Amino acid sequence: MDVKPEIQNPFPGEVHPTPTGGVLVTAIDDVINWARSNSLWPLVFGTSCCAIEMMSTASAKYDWSRFGFEVARATPRQADVIIIAGTIVNKMAPILKRLYDQMADPKYVIAMGACATSGGPFFYNTYSVVKGADHVIPVDVYIAGCPPRPEALLHALITLQNKIKSGLTREQIRGDLKNPNATT
Amino acid sequence: MTNEELKIKLSELIPTITFEEGGQPIASAWLNVNVEAKDWHGFANSLKYNPVLSFDYLFCETCVDWKTHLTMVYHLESTQHRHIVVIKSKLDRSKPEIETVSDIWKTAEFHEREVYELFGVNFLNHPDLRLLILPDGWEGRNPLRKDFEDTINMVKL
Repeated sequence: MDVKPEIQNPFPGEVHPTPTGGVLVTAIDDVINWARSNSLWPLVFGTSCCAIEMMSTASAKYDWSRFGFEVARATPRQADVIIIAGTIVNKMAPILKRLYDQMADPKYVIAMGACATSGGPFFYNTYSVVKGADHVIPVDVYIAGCPPRPEALLHALITLQNKIKSGLTREQIRGDLKNPNATT
Repeated sequence: MTNEELKIKLSELIPTITFEEGGQPIASAWLNVNVEAKDWHGFANSLKYNPVLSFDYLFCETCVDWKTHLTMVYHLESTQHRHIVVIKSKLDRSKPEIETVSDIWKTAEFHEREVYELFGVNFLNHPDLRLLILPDGWEGRNPLRKDFEDTINMVKL
């Protein structure tokens, strides 16, 4: 696989050197978004096989800590991002909603895999599966796959980081996609 | 005990049983036994407590909806003799009733609750026959029946 490394601006600001050190010129919103995006703590939440891939992504071989996802928290009150790794059934939906409500703002949601995106293989002829987790809580990034590979999850997490760094709302991002030259 | 020996021994115990032939003609295939629902509890008792059989492990209990009738399926193993047998019992689809075996194999208590909610089989003398996984207030609708309909949640294909 030939992936070109994306060159990311390491810090949103300029340093003007002075004899005693330097002066940083930036916008406070940019700094806050930069800080948020590089320390996203995921919630320990897995409802089926996607969770196995998520654990793999967290473990040494793929190691999502390299990108700032660090420690998975076992409580929603300390988590920033919830990765919906697996099928959401009707019985689980209120619990997912409660977990989401208990997370402190700002909070982000990634729908991992076919089940969390649309119900996937359980879309037809089932009485128990929610057809997409976005019927329950708003989703920021969707990942295709059944289950997605760890690389796909890392890509989704980096996409989420870029989304946070851009500081734009969903409507603004959609507007940008329609008209790339529009200024927000 | 081999399947042939099991066949002889089980026929001695209860002559009304029939054996299912066909399927995979391999030596490791499990012996399939059909038993009348009314004979089941007594038969189950001797399967467990007869020392040469000693089927002490019920490792699967489930039901199949054949549209015309229901079939209860019990997989039994003896941890002592290492032999396995599959017991099947045909039930009337409109009024499925069979004696519980939760007094013989304790694990059957949960398995039977699951079969009760998903297929609507009524287990006679079960100590605690209520819903296991389905949400409260579900009573009366059995989602694993072939004719189950759910106009709200189900997208038909």
